[in-house]
Amino acid sequence: MKTKGPKPSAEIGVEKLTDMYSQMVTIRLFEERVVELYRRAQIPGIAHVSIGQEAVPVGICNALRTNDYITSTHRGHAHCLAKGADITQMFAELFGKVTGYCRGKGGSMHIANPATGNLGANAIVGGSIPIATGAALSAKLRKTNQVAVCFFGDGALNQGVLLESMNFASIWRLPVIYVCENNQYGEYTPTKRVTAGDIEMRGKALDIRTAVADGMDVLAVYDAACEAVDHAKSGKGPSFLVMETYRFIGHGMSDVDRAYRTREEEQEWQRARDPIDRLRTTLIEEWRLKQSALDAISSGVAKQIDISVEAAQKAPLPAAEELMKHVYAD
Amino acid sequence: MSMQTNGREITMSEAINEAIREEMGRDENVVLWGEDVGAAGGVFKVTKGILDRFGPERVFDTPISEAGIVGLAVGAAMTGLRPVVEVMFGDFLTLAMDQLVNQAAKIHYMSGGTFRVPMVVRTTLGAGRRTAAQHSQSLHAWVAHIPGLKVVLPSSPYDAKGLLKTAIRDNNPVVFFEDKISYQRKGPVPDPDQDYTISFGQADVKREGSDLTIIATSSMVHMALTAASKLSEDGIQAEVIDPRTLVPLDSQTLIDSVKKTSRCIVVDQGYQSFGVTAEIAALVAEQAFYALDVPVRRLGAVDVPIPFSPSLEDLTIPTVESIVVLAHEMVAG
Repeated sequence: MKTKGPKPSAEIGVEKLTDMYSQMVTIRLFEERVVELYRRAQIPGIAHVSIGQEAVPVGICNALRTNDYITSTHRGHAHCLAKGADITQMFAELFGKVTGYCRGKGGSMHIANPATGNLGANAIVGGSIPIATGAALSAKLRKTNQVAVCFFGDGALNQGVLLESMNFASIWRLPVIYVCENNQYGEYTPTKRVTAGDIEMRGKALDIRTAVADGMDVLAVYDAACEAVDHAKSGKGPSFLVMETYRFIGHGMSDVDRAYRTREEEQEWQRARDPIDRLRTTLIEEWRLKQSALDAISSGVAKQIDISVEAAQKAPLPAAEELMKHVYAD
Repeated sequence: MSMQTNGREITMSEAINEAIREEMGRDENVVLWGEDVGAAGGVFKVTKGILDRFGPERVFDTPISEAGIVGLAVGAAMTGLRPVVEVMFGDFLTLAMDQLVNQAAKIHYMSGGTFRVPMVVRTTLGAGRRTAAQHSQSLHAWVAHIPGLKVVLPSSPYDAKGLLKTAIRDNNPVVFFEDKISYQRKGPVPDPDQDYTISFGQADVKREGSDLTIIATSSMVHMALTAASKLSEDGIQAEVIDPRTLVPLDSQTLIDSVKKTSRCIVVDQGYQSFGVTAEIAALVAEQAFYALDVPVRRLGAVDVPIPFSPSLEDLTIPTVESIVVLAHEMVAG
């Protein structure tokens, strides 16, 4: 269903646009700092960053209210941040500190935060899809007018539980938005090589409203999200949004040579389609913002990240008595 | 400890139905879904009439999608509901394992205690219905292995009702195993207006005795009680204990009994290898070793896919006779 009249993005003022720019910059600098800290062995375990994909979480989450739900993935820092997570608590969790979102028990792949409607990142590909669908069912039954957004990658397209969940959402007209971030590779394998047919047909086949958007354009993402949110909140049910995007670096920290794709392809996406550059150009050319004002946003974010990293580093690790806490709820 | 029952006897199936109705009446956040649980009342008729009573806003028939059935319950439980969902046969839990094991069981812990997952998965166990290898397994040990899940195995209508009400009020994911063969077994249960619950982690001494402890689960409790009656005729007084919940497990009551009797048999319908009998036997060996006159012994399902032909299936699960023979051997021992 197309919205009549101007697109929602046409009604965003410069303040909100600048805020979206700032959010994307925050995610980019956060992720770059994660890579750096990981390489200095400050972050234990594994971490997956989404540098290059910032437009999707920011475009989607700006169409949501705080109490709307999201579920995220193993590559989930950006979703958490876009939904309103605090940078210091994020870093604390990545460091395994007790002041982190999960008291150091979840780490990079499991950040959850009830206060911002974040039902949790999930390290099983496709694992959160029925959870988001169940949250949408719950919202519908409790008549709260909330929506649930389920972020997942192209890799999850081939998990059976996606079909099960989308079928539930369609037959029961649930207020859930399935956001497929197609970054062109499932880990180290090109999506096209392992994914049959047109991706959008998977939504259409289940009678789910389906749209494809340029996931490198935050305003296109925002428009698609607003339409899906309206659709859900007016009781018409689920949407399936396919976002074409690209991760600029490897799958995980150990994916350094990226033999499965060419450097030319990477450079093409980075040079021509970087979502932050794109919004920056819009802000300068259409809204007459000064370069210096946008640079000031970046340096402000960088300073905030310095402060957050330092605070998180100083925070205590969980004490041994934390080990057996929270296995069961009281 | 038991409530007054006024002589009313109902089946296990009716007791479970009453528990669900009473909890749905008590808390509007309790909702019910699963394959055929609504209009049909379930393949075993356990949820008969609940759709009529509470309506389609709270009772749904689902597609045949076990991962979705359980996974949607996880999301709904995290956001304010208390879903009670049915997985028609315990064998089909395998299809929902990611949602149970990686999601439901871990979310409270992984989120540092910020999210809770109050949900109940009702499912079945047990052989003996001539339904072959994919409808006859007892897979409760699979889930009992996973921290974060609670596991309940009622053996009587009274216990089933009280334990299910506790399960629905619990703030954790609970897997509730019903032995298919027990659905029509009758037993005393208090009138519906008498609200009672049975706490988890409280074993029940079903029969007292001094010569031998038989720890039995689910319908094996009835095998053990029948065996105990026969043994009594031979002068052997067996104590029969039903743990009722595997997680949490009331090890104290089990150990106290073994220390009193000096002999212990563990009977369970799950596979004997790496299962419930192994766990409980190890516990007894660790905590009551010096009280034992003879080694602790186990009777579980034979390690084989459950065969179809009655002549073969009947060889796979413990019987009254196998318990009696083993008890004699141990007392003579």
